[in-house]
Formats: sequence, structure tokens, C-alpha cells
Amino acid sequence: MSLRNKVVASFAEAVRDIPDGATIGFGGFAMPGTPFNLIRALAEQGARNLTLVANTTGGAQQPRMPDIALLVERGRVRKVICAFTAATRASDVLPFTKYYEAGEVEAELVPQGTLAERLRAAGAGIPAFYTPTAVGTELAEGRETRVINGREYLLEYALPLDYAFVRARRADAFGNLRYWRSQRNFNPVMAMAARVTIAEVDEEILPVGALDPDDIHTPGIFVHRVVKVPPPPEGLWPQKRLERNR
Amino acid sequence: MSATKGWSRQQMADRIAREFQDGWIVNLGVGLPTLCSNTDIGGREVIYHSENGVIGYGPIAGPGEEDLNLVNAGGQNVTLKPGAAVVHHADSFAIIRSGRIDATVMGAYEVACNGDFANWKVAGAKGGGIGGAMDLAACARRVFIVLEHTTRDGRPRLVARCTLPVTARGVVTLAATNLGLFEPAGEAFRVRDLAPGVTLEEVRAATGCPVLA
Repeated sequence: MSLRNKVVASFAEAVRDIPDGATIGFGGFAMPGTPFNLIRALAEQGARNLTLVANTTGGAQQPRMPDIALLVERGRVRKVICAFTAATRASDVLPFTKYYEAGEVEAELVPQGTLAERLRAAGAGIPAFYTPTAVGTELAEGRETRVINGREYLLEYALPLDYAFVRARRADAFGNLRYWRSQRNFNPVMAMAARVTIAEVDEEILPVGALDPDDIHTPGIFVHRVVKVPPPPEGLWPQKRLERNR
Repeated sequence: MSATKGWSRQQMADRIAREFQDGWIVNLGVGLPTLCSNTDIGGREVIYHSENGVIGYGPIAGPGEEDLNLVNAGGQNVTLKPGAAVVHHADSFAIIRSGRIDATVMGAYEVACNGDFANWKVAGAKGGGIGGAMDLAACARRVFIVLEHTTRDGRPRLVARCTLPVTARGVVTLAATNLGLFEPAGEAFRVRDLAPGVTLEEVRAATGCPVLA
């Protein structure tokens, strides 16, 4: 008996079955670890009424990359769940803002650590947890809190996903993944929160057994499809953003 | 009064960075707080933590030296110092939530003398940018804020009570502005330092609540 081979030949094939109304999570923090190729394929596939879970609403990169802002602009998105629904600097305007302010897209704003932990909890069989984050803020209004050992905590629920799109440096055919540097970010928790996880991979996909078991960041049991990213221009890689004064 | 009177942006960051003690784990927010990493703090060794899971990052990578898969919280291509580690997002925030960050440095729109501060949503906006700020504000051992003392049209940013939605309540340890370094003391700010050439009277005129010498 051998481990199932999860290698898929194209991005289009990898996202073909995603239905309207799906909840999809995306790894990525700034450029690193963002599954640009899968996002572009989903935009071409055409699924609508989607709920998207990611750190930001995208669209901040210059030149633009196909991040989730592309799906918003194409009218595919019902709701986003993000740690940013506006730019870090109030003077910057994101593509998302126009659609949000027009009421065409809903948004749930979640503190970044709470977002990561809600995903981890979904992947860990934990339905909810208490956190000190956001206590006393607008986000906690009307919600359940509890005092534990003298400190007030806010109840947060797990955030399960139908699909996760992740990006890794290296993979084997069973879907064991290894990331490089800050490429890791949300990818492991997105993968564990999802019913179906699809990984785009920088390097040639290795035969099962080629990765040392101690060197695997996301085990293949959390991963269902792997696609090799071809060289540019067909495949999208991180590219240097234009420098801005910060 | 000119908003640029007193310390420059780098000098505001320097004043905060001089509070860092040897061995501290420090998280620097995007923008002005990033300048703290330029400050010479002598022989003291500080470990910089970035919310995306990079622990122990060093200076910005030189031209041509960038690893495009290695960024800090501001998306800048940084380097790693010896002993650095990379973790995923849930572990990065486990480090924050469990109280292992000795100090976080953030920008803000407003700081109140009761220790509240606001930095995620501007008046009239539908969306906001929280990022890791609420986790850091609620859980870091010390919350340092750097901000201009007044808005561009001269209104105080150091106030009795925040008018904007708060990031966390009662957490601010110190606030550095172009006019000096201030400590929330309940119903007033206490002056810890004044920038050169700035008088207590000038600070009081530019502040939205009492200021104690």
C-alpha cells in the first residue's frame, strides 16, 4: 500500500470543484506565502458569493498582484473576514474600500491573533476559547465575556473553512509541506482549519519519503492537493514591491 | 504651536528605545515605531519580534540582498540575526498573548491619561486596521506609544478620554511625542522628559487634559 498521490497538474484543475458560497481561507502576510496562482485560477473559475478569510483585503501591492482584492473587484465575494478592512495608514485607500462602503461586500474585522487562533481552534477540534484581546473595545460590545482568575476575557468561536489556499517552498507527493522564512505565517493554521487544503509549491514536488519527518511544518494529512508553481511568466512568484516611505 | 517643535520623529523613537532593557523581547509597529531599531542603545541586546512569526530579525536587507520571502510586520525585507527563529501565526500570537513581549511600540491617533489609546479606526470610516494591535495592547508587559503631540490642525492627541474607538483600555505605559515623554497618571499626564526648548506651559497648552510636572 502506498500513500495517496495528491499532485494535481494545473491550478485550474485544483480549484475546479469550488462551489458558489464556499468559505475559503488564504495564507500570506504581505507577499510571502500568498497563493497568488491559486487565487488567479479561482478568479478565472468564476465561483461566486464567496466568504474569504485572510489577514488583509489585499490590493496594497504595487504593482498589483492577484490577491483577494481581485476576487472582490470581480464581484465574487459576499463577505471577508480579515484583520484589516482599511489600510494601515488612514491616508491609503484600498480597492476593497469602495465595494465595502457601497455595501456590496460585508466584512468582519478580527484582531490578527484572534483570527489565527480561531483557525487553529477549528483545526484542533476546539469550538471556542477565551482571549483577553479586544476586551473593552467596540469589537466586544454585546458579546459574552467571562472573568477568569480576576481578568476579563472575550469568548471567540472557531472559524472552520471549506477550502484553504496555501503556499509552501517544498512538498512531497503526499502533501507534506515545508515553508521558507516568513512564508509560513498563516499557512499552517489555514491548512488545519479547512476541509480541503490546496497547496501551491515553489520547488519540484518530491517523492514520498524525500522529506525528513522532523523537517515537516504542515503534515500531509492536512493537505489534499499540491500544484507545482511553474517558472515565470506562467507562474507567479513573489516580486519586489515598489519602495515606499514608511 | 508648530507640530514639528521639539523632537524629530527619530528623536521620539530614540527616547522610547532608550527605555529598552538588556534581553527584552520587543515588538515594533509599522511606521514611526520602526525607527526605534535605528537607536544606539549601547551594549544592550534586544530581540525584535514581528507579528508574522519572525523572532530575532535584524536590519533591512541591502539592495540585491533581499530574501523576498522574509519580511517584518511592515512588509520590509529584513535580515535575520544569529539565533533567530520563525514560527507560524498562531505561535507568534501565543508568544504575545502569554505575556512574553516585554514592550510593544505603536503609533496612535489618541492617548488618554487613563491609559486608553486609539489607533485602529478613524472618525467616519466604515473599516479599520487592527492587525496585531489589539493582541499586543492587551497582552504586552509594556505599551509604548509614539505620536505627534497634536493633529495637523492643532488639536491635542493627548486627551482626557479617547474620542475614537479604543484599541485597549488602561494599558499605556509611556507616550513619546515631539514635545516630550509622558506617563498616564489617571486624570493627568506626568512629564517624564521635555524635548529641548519646550516648556511645561507649551505642553499644557497643547494637551487636552492636566499635565503634572
